[in-house]
Amino acid sequence: MTDITPTADALLMPKSAPRTRNMGQIIRWLLLFIGGIIMVMPIAYMISTSLKWPHEVYNVNLIPDEPTIENYTYVLEDGRFYWWFVNSIIIATITTICNLLFDSLVGYTLCKFRFPGRTIVFIAILSTLMIPTEMLVIPWYLMSQSFGWLDSYWGIMFPGLMTAFGTFLMKQFFESVPDDFIEAARIDGLNELQIWWTVAMPLVKPALAALAIFVFLGNWTAFLWPLIVTNSVDMYTIPVGLSGFGDEADVAWELIMTGAAISTIPTLVVFLIFQRFIIRGVVMAGLKG
Amino acid sequence: MANLALRKLTKSYGTTEVLHGISLDVADGEFVVFVGPSGCGKSTTLRMIAGLEETTSGIIEIGGREVNNLEPKERDIAMVFQNYAIYPHMSVKKNIAFGLRSSKMPKADKEKRIQEVAGILDMVDLLDRKPSQLSGGQRQRVAIGRAMVRDPAVFLFDEPLSNLDAQLRTQMRLEIKKLHQRVGNTIIFVTHDQVEAMTMADRIVIMKDGYIQQVGTPAEVFHKPANTFVARFIGAPSMNLLAGRIEGTIVTLDAGQNVTVPTLAPTGDGGILLGVRPDDLHPNSANPIITGTVTLREPLGSETLIYVETPSGEIIAKADGRTPPAVGETVTLGADPENLHVFDASSGQALS
Repeated sequence: MTDITPTADALLMPKSAPRTRNMGQIIRWLLLFIGGIIMVMPIAYMISTSLKWPHEVYNVNLIPDEPTIENYTYVLEDGRFYWWFVNSIIIATITTICNLLFDSLVGYTLCKFRFPGRTIVFIAILSTLMIPTEMLVIPWYLMSQSFGWLDSYWGIMFPGLMTAFGTFLMKQFFESVPDDFIEAARIDGLNELQIWWTVAMPLVKPALAALAIFVFLGNWTAFLWPLIVTNSVDMYTIPVGLSGFGDEADVAWELIMTGAAISTIPTLVVFLIFQRFIIRGVVMAGLKG
Repeated sequence: MANLALRKLTKSYGTTEVLHGISLDVADGEFVVFVGPSGCGKSTTLRMIAGLEETTSGIIEIGGREVNNLEPKERDIAMVFQNYAIYPHMSVKKNIAFGLRSSKMPKADKEKRIQEVAGILDMVDLLDRKPSQLSGGQRQRVAIGRAMVRDPAVFLFDEPLSNLDAQLRTQMRLEIKKLHQRVGNTIIFVTHDQVEAMTMADRIVIMKDGYIQQVGTPAEVFHKPANTFVARFIGAPSMNLLAGRIEGTIVTLDAGQNVTVPTLAPTGDGGILLGVRPDDLHPNSANPIITGTVTLREPLGSETLIYVETPSGEIIAKADGRTPPAVGETVTLGADPENLHVFDASSGQALS
């Protein structure tokens, strides 16, 4: 005969605890699932639409009835898209490199040097974050016009070669670099530029990686300023060019989605390159102390 | 190697003077320890010697050459920091080699020098490791290696053992001492730990509130403290100080007991503090000083510290470890006359 008398432990254990824990976990998973769907659906529709024929574009089905790669062939063979892609690569790459250099230089200077007016300079840089781009495009345009930069790479890039956000981000990260490192390098005979490059920069790699991703994505997807400053089709960037794939009467969504799908590839590459630095940064932070 | 001289060195932050004209001569090859409580100016002095802080006034000389206006790299010094300051993204070898970056030494000589230093510090097998793969003691050795590799005129150590546990601290203390005996460079070592100061230094510089209180060998500062601050700062537990008055060679404690001391020249109104170290104060001494009740015992093995409540306040004495007086027991504590120290009550200076 089986003994069904409950043990003392079983009596003491609150019966509802595991069930509550399971429910909490289910709700968490459910919320994450819904969030995931919300994130993934536009991308899924983008890819789906890029594989559809024009007549099927307005059907909401996710799986095309007659999938085709015709759109990809068209877009890739279209000479314009090639140039937009090259323009976007050049602009996003140069802007990212400049931001990594200039933002970190200014951030390092504001963080590690004491000089009169330091706080005022920092506040002045930060205050530019409060001005919306829409307000800035007019002075940018007037500047570009007077310097003869309209419809040129320089004209597209100059407003973003250094950002207040990047400077702020780098300054905050340089705060975590102990002054002892800087002073030790100073005693070892390095000049200030060498210290910044050899000692400080490697220690903020995770921040540089994050900044690189932000800046690259920001410039890759920038629309308003490149639209205003460029006139010739050959100078367009991908977002500006894609918007012109249709006219007012007929928007070629399948081609726009195809271009958009192709244009996500470099952003994925950038993320894959830099994410390991971010992960390594988190791991290193865990080992400290 | 070189001597070091500080001449009327002052340091001010705004209108606040934190270092008030200190002067010191350090001989070539000497191991000098700056010791004092937090905020006494010892690290500031070290950083001024290194060139990391500007000198407000006064002169710093290294090897007979005034270095006030020289950059840190031009002063021929090397510094070991409290937090090691070894670069986490570089291997041990690169960290050590970093000290030679600006050197014009041929590459082969640099390599030889790195191997030599690694050999001295017993780190040859660790050269390819990253700092995160090293223990605290090994990291400290890397920091020392980076300083050593340049063979500087003066080594500066800024509380390098503070982050180590007690056992490792003792071990590193010995290693640094041995290293000094081996390489013989001039060393300025800053610490707040008086045990480190006593065990390592050729001479100790005791600082408080931006002033040098006393400079002397460990034996001098222990046996002949210049003032009550030094008397209480050096030695653990601290020296007992009993208030009283002196007339001739007789000290009358406020509690009423008379104590005979060597002939001294009182400087003030006769008010004094009678100092006696717990190590020198025992129950049943031939020269009784004060009577009180044992309130607490701290067994240390061979000896027991006893806390005794007396009419002059609580004092600490050392009793035999096997048969210490019981808590609540009345004891009469005494010390040999040569172990008594007398300080002027108002200035705190030792009477001579």
